[in-house]
Amino acid sequence: MANEPNTQTANEWPLWEVFIRAKHGLSHRHAGSVHAPDGEIALRHARDTYTRRMEGVSIWVIRSSDVVASDPGSAGPTFEPAESKVYRHPTFYVVPDYIKHI
Amino acid sequence: MTIPTLTSKDAHFDYVLRLGDDALILAQRLGEWCGHAPALETDLSLANIALDLIGQATMFLGYAGELEGKGNDADKLAFHRDVNQFRNCLLVEQPNGDFGRTIARQYIFSTWQYLLYQQLARSTDPRLAEIAAKALKETTYHAELAAEWVVRLGDGTAESHERVKDGFEWCWRFVDELFSVQPLDPSIVTSGVAVDTATLRAAFDSALATTFAEATLPLPKFPRPVLGGRKGHHSEHLGHLLSDMQFLPRAYPDAVW
Repeated sequence: MANEPNTQTANEWPLWEVFIRAKHGLSHRHAGSVHAPDGEIALRHARDTYTRRMEGVSIWVIRSSDVVASDPGSAGPTFEPAESKVYRHPTFYVVPDYIKHI
Repeated sequence: MTIPTLTSKDAHFDYVLRLGDDALILAQRLGEWCGHAPALETDLSLANIALDLIGQATMFLGYAGELEGKGNDADKLAFHRDVNQFRNCLLVEQPNGDFGRTIARQYIFSTWQYLLYQQLARSTDPRLAEIAAKALKETTYHAELAAEWVVRLGDGTAESHERVKDGFEWCWRFVDELFSVQPLDPSIVTSGVAVDTATLRAAFDSALATTFAEATLPLPKFPRPVLGGRKGHHSEHLGHLLSDMQFLPRAYPDAVW
């Protein structure tokens, strides 16, 4: 990666990305990151940092170094081809009011 | 001159004061880590435990004030008593030391408090039962978190092993007080209001053995115990703690925020 975000040094705990499910039926969303020596403690830190105000019902953590990210330098070829294809958006359907979280 | 006699009402008040003061004083100690913990994340963990304990202290001391019947609320009891009127155990007033000692103290206290609240949630005093049932979930988390850290420090580097071991060495002499000192009047135990803490010792020792095996720490030989906290005989550390904690409401009695 061009901008390596993992600035871990020998004495620092590794970085973990935190994903929180706000309530049942929703997907986990990225909330932020914590430092921790291992996954169990990362979960504790995520709980203490990001769910203090009842924000979640489930937490995932994953080592930041395990995240495979797209290359910002190739954003053009990656994303722009989708720009001109309006027919891929389901805007031609009427979504009933009782269907949530679309 | 009338000699005041001890009634079960006094013992009831004294008992609830013990519960509240344990939580209050440990919360104040943990609050000292705020901005100083080894990592931002542990700073938050310790502050979260402190805030849970302040919540518990507020409930217990509020109830204690009602039992006392002199018009004192939780704040009055927290901020306007002197050292010898506090009834907390000696363990919670001990200085933080390093992170290892703080974790050792937390492990001992939260493991004990977890066992205590489990029983207290079945108290014949519905107010105590209610507070304990609510606090039990918080304390379960505190005990788990402390145990996780004991394992990681004990089974970590040579330095972390030594430090957490030293931390426990500091604390062992204060363990017996948690189990051996009974309420002022035994009738509040027999009536089911208070918990006979001596009955919790076996479960405590068993939890300790499990955690210490995983943490590769040697089981302790408990030294001669130091007692006195429940009678108001405290270490020199409590006065310094109170001078920090009580300064503002004493200097500015009408301060609100």
